[in-house]
Amino acid sequence: MSEGHSTYKPKTGIERWFDARLPLPRLVHDSFIVYPVPRNLNYAYTFGGILTIMLASQIITGVVLAMHYAPDTGLAFNSVEKITRDVNSGWLLRSLHANGASFFFIAVYIHICRGLYYGSYKSPREFLWVLGCTNLLVMMATAFIGYVLPWGQMSFWGATVITGFFSAIPLVGDWLQHLLLGGFAVSNPTLNRFFALHYLLPFLLVGTVTLHIWALHVVGQNNPTGIEVKSKTDVVDFTPYATVKDAVGIIVFVFFFAYFVFYLPNFLGHPDNYTVANPLKTPAHIVPEWYFLPFYAILRAITFNVGPIDSKLGGVLAMFSSIAVLFLVPWLDSSKVRSAVYRPWYRLFFWMFVANALFLGWLGSQPAEGAYVTMSQVATLYYFAFFIIVMPLLGLIETPRPLPHSITEAVLEKNAARSKAEE
Amino acid sequence: MTDPSYLESVSAELASPAEALTFVEVDVSSLTPGTSLVVQWRGKPVVVRNRTGQEMKDAEAADLGTLEDTIARNANLPADAPATDANRTMPGKEAWLVMVQVCTHLGCIPIGQDGEFGGWLCPCHGSQYDSAGRIRKGPAPENMAVPVFQFISDTKIRIG
Repeated sequence: MSEGHSTYKPKTGIERWFDARLPLPRLVHDSFIVYPVPRNLNYAYTFGGILTIMLASQIITGVVLAMHYAPDTGLAFNSVEKITRDVNSGWLLRSLHANGASFFFIAVYIHICRGLYYGSYKSPREFLWVLGCTNLLVMMATAFIGYVLPWGQMSFWGATVITGFFSAIPLVGDWLQHLLLGGFAVSNPTLNRFFALHYLLPFLLVGTVTLHIWALHVVGQNNPTGIEVKSKTDVVDFTPYATVKDAVGIIVFVFFFAYFVFYLPNFLGHPDNYTVANPLKTPAHIVPEWYFLPFYAILRAITFNVGPIDSKLGGVLAMFSSIAVLFLVPWLDSSKVRSAVYRPWYRLFFWMFVANALFLGWLGSQPAEGAYVTMSQVATLYYFAFFIIVMPLLGLIETPRPLPHSITEAVLEKNAARSKAEE
Repeated sequence: MTDPSYLESVSAELASPAEALTFVEVDVSSLTPGTSLVVQWRGKPVVVRNRTGQEMKDAEAADLGTLEDTIARNANLPADAPATDANRTMPGKEAWLVMVQVCTHLGCIPIGQDGEFGGWLCPCHGSQYDSAGRIRKGPAPENMAVPVFQFISDTKIRIG
């Protein structure tokens, strides 16, 4: 699994010449052709490849969109409309990019849940997981900033509310908010710096994703049994096995993506964002994009003061903690068994966590009043309890099911059971 | 000769439009009791309201002990001035409320003459302000800010 035993053999003179100078073909050969992957990877493991494709797609469509976009408060809204109506294939580029952000998040959330389910964050993959959390943070920052660029009402007021989070920080909050905005309120300097950052961050993401993949190739992939690879019978070559499986996953994913791009291009957006930003009027009901809704619900769930922390700072802290806690997962889970397949209780709590996160998302789309607030508070409590109470305690009290001795044994057992059922 | 304050305003405007520490002058002669107007100052809306007798009476009647934020947040007064109705306005001009109409929670623009306290209601997260712009309910931590302003004549206000 680890580096250092390359099987690459240059065949021609040109390949030998390159290999002695910059062994790029060797890197590709070792990382994506003969790289050994566990033989039992299921389709949940194709989302890494899907995410890579989505990142590339976002960068390509984004760079072309930037050629037609004008980052000026007087021009931005109309330039986006012009892209949709006058630029050749502009409607397609914009739809790909806007819906691409949503599908990027769908893929990343499934990817994260896959990791939580199969215990992919456990030793020796802690740093791989932490890098993944970093990717999520950079993605979120990029998505939020990108949503401001069309300069509609939701762009403007989303930017106002989210930069308002920083004003909750004691002492330096107001200074920091002023710096972010480049003034007293969201205005032209804000749009300029957000555009610059929206162009910068995706390339930063390419960097952290590269580190993530590098770390993956050092420790090797986890698999649905959570058992480490022990022998050559446990693995298959990346090409053709993983390449083809990833390709199938990508194609199916693109079917769904294309359906939204071509038939429901505005389904995931807000009609209010087709009204140009008006600094003097807040829309009656402002909500973030769907992929931020669970975190938005957590923000609004803190309606009470906790000692010296007022509800405003408390809400902001809770929201940032909901991401921060992900970074700590490798050290919070005390179980010696990785995969939820062999952890009946963890499996139950995990699916409750998923249902709870979806519920929080729904709550985030509802007004912050009455019973919604109480429900948000209960759901927020479970969100944190899953990480801070369930993960550390369950490993100590749960009796896992017996583990197979190897990946090969697990696969053969499953196949035997299947052929028996067919008889 | 050009009015020096005009030059001051223009140079600030050119240096950095968003940072412009400029002022605005507002003609309020058209405001009858119960009406308001909004001007933009430092990119934010400032409401000037000529309050009705009932609104003033309600605001004065509020017990200071029941307020969420007991500080006036009036830039024309010492920082620790209590949030009485008089301290939210100018002496002799108690009918006039001049205030940055930005919710102190996360910066949305509250809707005027709405909510349980006859003042402002923020559509974003439900903060409610009374007819003196003081926070009474909801997640906002502070009363809405009263900016530096003065009456330069009976019908003209200078904000900033």
